[in-house]
Amino acid sequence: MNVPADAGLQPAAMAIPEEGYFQLEQGRYGPIFPRTPANYGFTIIAKIKPGTADAIRAYGKVLEKIVRDDPHAFAVLQLHYLRWVLFNIEDKTFFMYQGIFDTDFDKYTEDAVALFHTLGVDTVFENLEEFPADWKTNVPAFIKFVRDHQCPSFLEYGEYPYAPSAEIKKALAVKRALSVMLDETQ
Amino acid sequence: MASQPPTMLEFDDIQHIVLTRVPAITGRYEFLSFGEPSRGRRWLAGIIEKIESAQAAAARMEAQNRWVSVAFTWTGLRALGLNEASLASFPEEFRQGMPARWQVLGDTGANHPDHWIEGISGPELHAIAILFARNATERQRSTQEHQAYLARTPAVKILSSLDIDAIPPFDYARDHFGYRDRLSQLEIEGTGIEPTPGSGPPIKAGEFILGYPDEDGPPVGLPQPDILSRNGTYMAYRRLQEHVGAFREFLRTHGDTPEEQEWVAAKLMGRWRSGAPLALAPDKDDPGLAADPQRNNNFTYAKSDPYGYATPLGSHIRRMNPRDTAVNMQRRRMIRRGATYGPPLAEDAPEDGVDRGVAAFVLCASLVRQFEFAQNVWINDPNFHELGNDRDPIIGAQDGTFDMTIPKRPVRRKIRGLPAFTTVRSGAYFFLPGIGALRYLATLSESGR
Amino acid sequence: MSPDDLSGSTRRAFLGSATAATALTLASSAGAEQTPTMVHGPDPTKLAQLKTNPAAEPPSAPKPGDWTKPSAMAIPKEGYFQLEQGRYGPIFPRTPANYGFTIIAKIKPGREATVREYGGTIEKAVREQPDVLAPLRLHYLRWVIFDVGSGPHFMYQGIFDTDFDKYLEDAVALFVKTGINTVFVNLEGWPDDWKTNLPAVIKFFRDHQRPSFLEYGEYPYVSADEVKKALRVKGALSAMLDQMQ
Repeated sequence: MNVPADAGLQPAAMAIPEEGYFQLEQGRYGPIFPRTPANYGFTIIAKIKPGTADAIRAYGKVLEKIVRDDPHAFAVLQLHYLRWVLFNIEDKTFFMYQGIFDTDFDKYTEDAVALFHTLGVDTVFENLEEFPADWKTNVPAFIKFVRDHQCPSFLEYGEYPYAPSAEIKKALAVKRALSVMLDETQ
Repeated sequence: MASQPPTMLEFDDIQHIVLTRVPAITGRYEFLSFGEPSRGRRWLAGIIEKIESAQAAAARMEAQNRWVSVAFTWTGLRALGLNEASLASFPEEFRQGMPARWQVLGDTGANHPDHWIEGISGPELHAIAILFARNATERQRSTQEHQAYLARTPAVKILSSLDIDAIPPFDYARDHFGYRDRLSQLEIEGTGIEPTPGSGPPIKAGEFILGYPDEDGPPVGLPQPDILSRNGTYMAYRRLQEHVGAFREFLRTHGDTPEEQEWVAAKLMGRWRSGAPLALAPDKDDPGLAADPQRNNNFTYAKSDPYGYATPLGSHIRRMNPRDTAVNMQRRRMIRRGATYGPPLAEDAPEDGVDRGVAAFVLCASLVRQFEFAQNVWINDPNFHELGNDRDPIIGAQDGTFDMTIPKRPVRRKIRGLPAFTTVRSGAYFFLPGIGALRYLATLSESGR
Repeated sequence: MSPDDLSGSTRRAFLGSATAATALTLASSAGAEQTPTMVHGPDPTKLAQLKTNPAAEPPSAPKPGDWTKPSAMAIPKEGYFQLEQGRYGPIFPRTPANYGFTIIAKIKPGREATVREYGGTIEKAVREQPDVLAPLRLHYLRWVIFDVGSGPHFMYQGIFDTDFDKYLEDAVALFVKTGINTVFVNLEGWPDDWKTNLPAVIKFFRDHQRPSFLEYGEYPYVSADEVKKALRVKGALSAMLDQMQ
């Protein structure tokens, strides 16, 4: 959907049906999930293989360094925020990938797969149970894994709904320039 | 046994300091340590008759010359012999004591408890005896009387003392920076006193006095037993040194004329030094307004000044009481008592290095929810109102790296690198019991009940 | 790559620049592929370089206030770097994704549908009063129900601008006012005396918080208010320019 003219001006919330969409619209790899006031996003949850928690956790440092060395490394993903979590339910440990971004699920997953491959962090997923053994050559299988492990929200809220991150960054730049200008004229 | 919370305030059981201001211009704080529980109890038993309830103080106000209040730290309650079960029923932050809460309160750098004076930061601080006296003669007489009393109650010793004195002239209360004080007063439901316009509706007694319903409902989680907590309250003591020379120097640096300097002073505080609020007198001082209680507190911010052009968003009074720009305000109010100490610095005299400042008390039913919240969230959060790098200019922990933003048309003014005008020199958390609770403590048996 | 180039990126362009970036970054997958073990961690030699080679120290990391550079932060297991005391317990640090939490709790048996209905309750509340959740200082909020084999669980993801400690009382008061609190009564472990026992409520949130080990922000440390102000300024400027035509 197009970004409305008053994007970002009034907080909005949207309740979402159990399937994750209002009406079935077929994307290249499965149903399309709608844009919400929290834009696009996913919550991927997957059980980790026993004994891999520390190895997975170490990837936190890897990504931190990648972004520090090249802040725009993840630009194509059109992210707002990303969070990786390890958590337990009973005695099992799970990996969770939370993302809020401006591109739809299918496009994002392909771009994400390719990007992670280039940066060398795709190996983190091998620590997840049921991750396809032939993922290197079978991108659709990778995507299927992601979709199968997606947990759709039933409520999403955005304080500045539908505003894409590129728009936000431009706006911050404009405000900053104006601010500097005002300070200079003191 | 759980009793029904009283609907009427028990004026004859609440210590006077909670509900009354007395006509005192001097006083003294004495910080005490009990060497041995039975000695501490004996000292307390002998002094109880001097501690007036709000009712007694009101009845005898004209004739009375001195007023006494007594409060205890958590280690002080233990030192009196209170049993462990009761001790454990007191709230976490009170049990920790103020020095341990330095990080929560923002007492960093020069304000850190490691640098505190008065020798009261350790567990040996058990009690404070607060004296307010009508004049210096009475203070001296009372002080000597207490010394003589202590000579008869060995094992109770004074860790340190502080004389407090109002700053002349005595027409109204002022601090060493020259600001008029005590203009914003809350009133408690059930006292029959109407708040002045703008001071907000009367507040449920339980916000300040234990055992009464508060703004959320019936009292819960009170320290046990009931007799101990009923009509008591918590009291945060803060001694702030005021660096008058630095303050005056700052005004001279940022204002070319006396008028401009007054304007800067007003923007930091939110009121002109006369007490007139910027919200009602944004451009020029108005001493007549300051002196009129029907007008001097009658303002709000949300509609009339949302961007802080009159009262800057980060100014002291706007931080300490955001009025209609904050939620849950009925749960965030505090009673303030206390006084200045140290000789005033003459207007044209250079900084003389003499210790002067305010030694104040904040009374509330929940230190963590009321006092600590204000300190942590309103005073020391650099991002209060999205300012980014601003702490309270008067009492925030200033280390030369924070700013003061003064919204202004066409261009806002940002003063960078505020010096510290105050430094925390001492502090403590006390429990101020009701009169009946004082008797209970004085007659604790060896088993602590 | 300057920020303005983003909208024009093609896959080829980003792959090109990303390849250049990997000269400094860690292993390509080729090395890891050969590992016989099940555990796949980042190339240990390169990881060691990270820790011990100060000469390889990257250009200065963006500081709060510098939102022009997206930023990622790895977070220790406890959820904080060093213990900093808040009024109610340890403070979790601000990350490039600001403050936030991921609360996960099991749903009481049979209550899944009830929980799901609250999506509609909140949607309606916000539609009727868009600033109703203002005290929570949110950027985004997502509620999820998921089942990974142990029964339905509720997840509350929030990204917001105040640390856990500061506005907790205001948040709880707001929950009571808007009826959000009644979602929580359907979760196992929620204190029965929540109405009067704030410390127990706080304990529930802390106990059920799952800290991230990595957080990334595209416009790091910028508060929601700042974002909204910027969007309004840009909007006003555009409108003004239109009038000058």
